[in-house]
Amino acid sequence: MGRPLIHRSPMPGLGLSMGITLTMLCLVVLLPIGALLTKGATFGFANMWDVVNRERVWAALFLSFRLSLFAAGFNLVLGVVLAWVLVRYRFPGRRLLDAAVDLPFALPTAVAGIALTALYAPNGAFGSLAATIGWQIAYTQWGIFLALVFVGLPFVTRTVQPVVEEIEREVEEASATLGASRGHTIRRVILPMLAPAAMTGFALSLARAVGEYGSVIFIAGNIPLITEIAPLLIVIRLEEFDYDAAAAIGIAMLLVSFAMLLLINLIQVWSRRRIGHV
Amino acid sequence: MSDITHPAGFRPATTEHPLTRWLLVGFAVLAMGLLVFAPLVAVFAEALRDGVTAALASLGNPDAQAAIRLTLAIAAIAVPLNAAFGIAAAWFITKFDFRGKAVLITLIDLPFSVSPVVAGLCIVLMFGANSALGGWLVAQGYPVVFALPGIVLATMFVTFPFVARELIPVMVEQGRAEEEAALTLGASGWRTFWTVTLPNIRWALLYGVLLCNARAMGEFGAVAVVSGKIRGQTATMPITIEMLYNEYLSVAAFSLAAVLSVLALVTLLFKTVLELRHADQLAATHRH
Repeated sequence: MGRPLIHRSPMPGLGLSMGITLTMLCLVVLLPIGALLTKGATFGFANMWDVVNRERVWAALFLSFRLSLFAAGFNLVLGVVLAWVLVRYRFPGRRLLDAAVDLPFALPTAVAGIALTALYAPNGAFGSLAATIGWQIAYTQWGIFLALVFVGLPFVTRTVQPVVEEIEREVEEASATLGASRGHTIRRVILPMLAPAAMTGFALSLARAVGEYGSVIFIAGNIPLITEIAPLLIVIRLEEFDYDAAAAIGIAMLLVSFAMLLLINLIQVWSRRRIGHV
Repeated sequence: MSDITHPAGFRPATTEHPLTRWLLVGFAVLAMGLLVFAPLVAVFAEALRDGVTAALASLGNPDAQAAIRLTLAIAAIAVPLNAAFGIAAAWFITKFDFRGKAVLITLIDLPFSVSPVVAGLCIVLMFGANSALGGWLVAQGYPVVFALPGIVLATMFVTFPFVARELIPVMVEQGRAEEEAALTLGASGWRTFWTVTLPNIRWALLYGVLLCNARAMGEFGAVAVVSGKIRGQTATMPITIEMLYNEYLSVAAFSLAAVLSVLALVTLLFKTVLELRHADQLAATHRH
C-alpha cells in the first residue's frame, strides 16, 4: 500500500481537470443515482419487494429481458454476417450499407418507433403483407422484438468489423492447405477468432435493449402482462405520482443493468486472456 | 500467376462458394432494407402524404416551432458542457497516474448501461418538488423537474460518456511526450493544451461531439420522464412527436420526425467523412 494515491507528475492542470471531472460526475450521474438508492432505502426492502413481487411487474421484467435476449441473439448473427460481408465482399452499395449500420445510433428512438409502427402496423406497407398470412407484427411481442433489433443493430457489427479486418489470410490458407474445407475453416478458425468481439457486442446490444423505451412503446401496444415492458411500468407509476413504487422498479432495473455491466467486463477479461494465448 | 490456367469452376481456398456469398449478402441487404432503409423512407413518405405544403405548414405551427427552439437550446447547453467534461476527464485520466482509474472509467461509462427511463427517474427523485432539495429549489423559484434545467440534466446524463470515451483511447495512444516537450520549452499549461493537445485530438473531439449532439437532440426516454410534457414549454421535438402521434396528427408527427431524420443523416454523413479522412486520429476505427 506504499503507492501514493496520485503520482507526482510534471503535467499541469491536475486540480482543474480532476475538479471538473469529479464535480460533474457527481452532479450529473452519481448524486441522482444516489437519490434513487436513498429513496429505496427509506421505502424499505420489504416494501420494495412487495411492489416488485407482483404478477404485472414480473411479467414486464421477464418480457423485457426475454425479448432483449432474443433481439441480441438475432443481432449477434446479423452483426457477424454484416461485418463479414462489409469487410470481405465487394458489391454495389457496400459503402452505403456500411454507413447505414450506424443509423440506429443517430436516429432518435421516437422517430424509429413511429416509423417502424407505420410500416409494420396491420395497415402499414409490410404489416398488411404479413397480415395476409395471419401474422400480426405491430402491437404484439414481434413488434417489440423488431424495435429492439433495430436499436441494438450496430453494436455487434461495429465490434466485430475491426477484428475481421485484422484476420490474416495466411491463417485461412494454412487451414485450407491442411485439408480443411471452407466450412470447416470458418467454424474452427474464423468464428473462434471473432467470438470475443461478437460476445462483447452481444452484451452491449442486450444491455441497450433491456432499458430501451422510446422505440418500443409505439409499436408494443402496451397491454399489461402481454406487451408491457419494464421501463414503461416506471413511467406509469410516475404518472400516478407513486414515487416509491417507481423507485422500487427502477432499482430492480438498475440491478439488472449492473449485472449486465459485470457480464460485459467479464467477457472483456475473458477475451483479453484468449487473445493473449493466440 | 497469369500462366497458370485455372480449371473451370476454380475458386481460391480462402473465399466462400459464390452461392454462399450471395446468400450472405442477400441476408444482410434484406435485413438492413427491412429494418433501417424502409423505416427511413417511411418517415419521409408519411410526412409528405398530404403534400409538401401540409408538411411545411405543420412545422410552422407555434408548438412545433417552440419544440424545435427548445431542442436546439437543450443541445446548445448540454453538448458544450459534456464536451468540457469529456476533455477534462480525458486529460485527468490520461495525463496522470492515480489509484482507482479503472473505477473512474467504469463510473463515466455507467450511463450507457442505465435505462434512460431510470436516468429520468433519478433526476425526478433528486430534484422533484417532493424531495428536500427540489422542494427548496421550487420555493426559491427555480424548479428543475418539469422545466428546462431538468431536461438538460437528463440529457447530460444519457450523453455523459460520449466525448470522454472518444478522447481517452486517442490520448492514451498519443502519450505525453509532446506535452512534456512543450512544457520543457517553457510553454504554460494552457498554451500547451491549446497548441499541442487540442490540434491532436480535434477530430476525435468533433466525432464525440457529433454523436453526443445527435443523441442529445433525439433523447426520448429520460426527457419524457422529467419534462412534464407541457406544450410549447417543456415539450422537446421527440416529445412533441409522441404527443402529435398519439393525437393521430400523423403528418405533423412525421414532419417533425423528418426534420430529426435529416439531422441523423447529416450526422452520419459527417461521421463517415471523418472516418474516411481522419481514420488515424479517431478511436472508433481501431477499437474492439
